Amino acid sequence: MKTNRTLFRALLASSLSALVILSTPARANVAEVALDRAPINLNDQASLQRGAKNFINYCLNCHNAAYMRYSALTQIGLNEQQIRDNLMFTTDKFGDTMVSALDPKDAKEWFGAQPPDLTLVARVRGADWLYSFLRSFHRDDAAPSGWNNVVFKNVAMPNVLHDLQGTQVLTKVGEKPGHGGQMEPVMKLAVDRAGTMSAAEYDRFVADLVNYLTYMGEPVRAQRTQLGIIVLFFLTIAFFITLWLKHEYWKDVK
Amino acid sequence: MANTTKQAIAPPIGGPLGKAIVWVDERFPLMATWKGHLSEYYAPKNFNFWYYFGSLAMLVLVMQIVTGIFLTMNYKPDAKLAFASVEYIMRDVTGGWLIRYLHSTGASMFFLVVYLHMMRGLMYGSYRKPRELLWIFGCMIYLCLMAEAFFGYLLPWGQMSYWGAQVIINLFAAIPFVGEDLSVWIRGDFNISDATLNRFFAFHVIAIPLVLLGLVAAHLVALHEVGSNNPDGIEIKKNLSADGTPKDGIPFHPYYTVKDIVGVVVFLAVFSAIVFFAPEMGGYFLEAPNFVPADPLQTPAHIAPVWYFTPFYAMLRAVPSMFGSQFPGVAVMGAATLILFVLPWLDRGKVKSVRYRGPIYKAFLTAFVISFVILGYLGVVPTTVWGQLPKGLPLIGAMDLATLVARVLTLVYFLFFILMPWYTKVDKELPEPERVNY
Repeated sequence: MKTNRTLFRALLASSLSALVILSTPARANVAEVALDRAPINLNDQASLQRGAKNFINYCLNCHNAAYMRYSALTQIGLNEQQIRDNLMFTTDKFGDTMVSALDPKDAKEWFGAQPPDLTLVARVRGADWLYSFLRSFHRDDAAPSGWNNVVFKNVAMPNVLHDLQGTQVLTKVGEKPGHGGQMEPVMKLAVDRAGTMSAAEYDRFVADLVNYLTYMGEPVRAQRTQLGIIVLFFLTIAFFITLWLKHEYWKDVK
Repeated sequence: MANTTKQAIAPPIGGPLGKAIVWVDERFPLMATWKGHLSEYYAPKNFNFWYYFGSLAMLVLVMQIVTGIFLTMNYKPDAKLAFASVEYIMRDVTGGWLIRYLHSTGASMFFLVVYLHMMRGLMYGSYRKPRELLWIFGCMIYLCLMAEAFFGYLLPWGQMSYWGAQVIINLFAAIPFVGEDLSVWIRGDFNISDATLNRFFAFHVIAIPLVLLGLVAAHLVALHEVGSNNPDGIEIKKNLSADGTPKDGIPFHPYYTVKDIVGVVVFLAVFSAIVFFAPEMGGYFLEAPNFVPADPLQTPAHIAPVWYFTPFYAMLRAVPSMFGSQFPGVAVMGAATLILFVLPWLDRGKVKSVRYRGPIYKAFLTAFVISFVILGYLGVVPTTVWGQLPKGLPLIGAMDLATLVARVLTLVYFLFFILMPWYTKVDKELPEPERVNY
């Protein structure tokens, strides 16, 4: 038995070390820059409602959310009348999905590609990436749109939020030793010309927007975790009952 | 056995139910089947933790079939509609999200359970005589499961679905002479397209499941013919009591049914924790790029198969291409799965269970398991993950360290099998006990 236990321990150790390796998220190669943590709170309905308004006012002009229905917004505490009055074009039906008025042909001509659908963007990129991306635009005269982004180099999208954020520039603030002993520049983003919002207000604006995008990627998430707690509670009780049953039956196995 | 003569059958219980059972039994071997496979199927009493995974695999199979049936009610196997239909299930179908997550989590958990089940067979020598066919049916189930997972993975029609299928089908294209024609034949087109999606749907929902169910039935029939092995690897049928039942055996029902139910509850707790709190499992069960619809014009930055294929994928990448062909890697990958079939004839040990094996076998088994796990990790990450070796080294200079490690581990994987006839023969084994340890 002893030898068996040693082997079991070796196997356990190897599988545990594998788990440690595997616990690093597999969303590789998305960004090489350090991302800021998005303050996501899907229970904050006020934030989700502000985010929905921000999304519809700013993003939906060019992007679609073709799998998301306006009617689903009732899940974040809005009623049909509020949604119709504030968030929809009069030509849309309540059950319609969120489709931009932008003609894909025009989009191709203006940006080189049709802007991606945003319904699931939070599941593709992650909230932290979106939160960092939307705050990392800077002026770049070499780029076709005049804008570039630290998180997504040479992105085709211009900074549509610059009225709010102001214009950022990327400047060199120092040097640090990099790979192979060579010095690498340390770059920093700074607001060059102020927008209508302070830095804190803009961060809040983006946080609300990303919160909404996260919700939209999986509207059922809140319901899912709620149900999960009930299911696990039930299974915990079932565990003790079935364990007791097993012991009762196995009493006569000698 | 069915009663061919008009012999009176005693009702097992009184009342109308007993009469009904007699009525059926005169026409169908109901009680005989119940007894033969459950209430009078004697299983060793010393099953441990590793013996839960057979019944759990059956549970997951049933879950996959049931959730799969409900998914097909709303899924559209059409390249233009497939992706949107999955989102429709996730958002607009009542309970659809739960069904879908159960199915996607079930796929990964199926492999987890089957890998642990196979590990059990390896450790306790459950593939040895008289269980060779039982093992072979199991290997066939494993191959079917891989096919089933591969076909199913295309159906959501996301970027990873598309490009993953592209990579795998291109493997067939690497086969000399017939490869190109073969890959076109598999796809039904020159590219992965609507035609490919339709035929993969057919394979996933009907063809492979039918074969799978047949094999599972054969696996069970073979098991109940020869009887279960146990952690001591000795035959309980050698020690019979006066009534002809094994002294160390207990009826499967009720003893193992009540025990397995505990296992089922614990398993469902783990399963539910994933479904309800981490259905993407950090990108291992549902990969982030698969939330982007398939785009034949845009290759994702990093294509990795789902975790359960990655040990074999790492082997594929580890083998260098020869004469401008990737075929050697494909052959190695195929051999890695097929070599499992001959395992019963490679083992020449006198004992079955690892408990009584010698140190060499234990060392090889441990090395094998560690290789498989690390290969699994290396298959997920890019080959550059551990950097490059210095340029000056002979033979391995400037090689990616991960590639070198993958090559060594691939070798270890195969040596476990190839050297088995030798090391199981020379190993210093311990004597087996007369009766099981309980």
